[in-house]
Amino acid sequence: MLDAVFFYTFALMTLTGAVLTITRKSAVHSAIWLIVSLLGVAGLYLLQQAEFLFAVQIVLYIGGIMVLFLFVIMLVNLDEAAKQRQFNNQRWIALGCAVIVGAEILYVLAKGTASLSLPAPAAAPAAGGNTEQIAVSLFRDYLLPFEAASLLLLAAIVGSVIMAKRRA
Amino acid sequence: MTIGTGHYLVISTALLLIGTLGVLARRNVVIILMSIELILNAVNINLIAFSRHYGHVTGQIFAIFVITVAVAEAAVGLGILIALFRNKGTVLADEIDLLKW
Repeated sequence: MLDAVFFYTFALMTLTGAVLTITRKSAVHSAIWLIVSLLGVAGLYLLQQAEFLFAVQIVLYIGGIMVLFLFVIMLVNLDEAAKQRQFNNQRWIALGCAVIVGAEILYVLAKGTASLSLPAPAAAPAAGGNTEQIAVSLFRDYLLPFEAASLLLLAAIVGSVIMAKRRA
Repeated sequence: MTIGTGHYLVISTALLLIGTLGVLARRNVVIILMSIELILNAVNINLIAFSRHYGHVTGQIFAIFVITVAVAEAAVGLGILIALFRNKGTVLADEIDLLKW
């Protein structure tokens, strides 16, 4: 019961935040609603017992990416853009396509509901908390992708600095 | 009524569609980048839901990688945006038509 209450609260936060993110005129308002949406997603992680990702979501997304967004919004003059119309000419086609894709996905989900009612996971969860399990898996089974991700981040740092730099 | 994996998949679908709509229909590039974050979050909800469903931690590992890529994407995207604004003086996607015939 309590589970359902929390789920619907976080789901409502996520979806309301998302809808307001893409409909607000001012980019700062959009960014703030995006924070609400990301908080809702973080809550959903917590309900799914992914505590480590809950923390990562808050620290990285809300603390990192959103601050970056707000910085850029303030660096780039958006007042002019806020006065003009916010949606482009293909908005109705876009809405139609989104509705069709949504109907498709929901149809497939409704068809496949039976396969989602698996019996409780056979393997008992391994010893240790969520963070410990993630650490073991990340540094043992997925060490190579982990190192590749560090290379990706290095490339992103160098790339964004070069992009944002004034003429060399 | 118990909340199952299916509920999370529906939320994830809705979030994905809202994000797609934002990418396709908005003119402001900053908000298009925010919509991409929404899409990536929808993917993450899916990964976490199935991670719980199968009682296996791999889904969470992949969610971490998705977040890593999202961070890299946001940093480079916003860098490009700043360079673009400096050169063209606009952030509206349909006014940036240098490559359009």
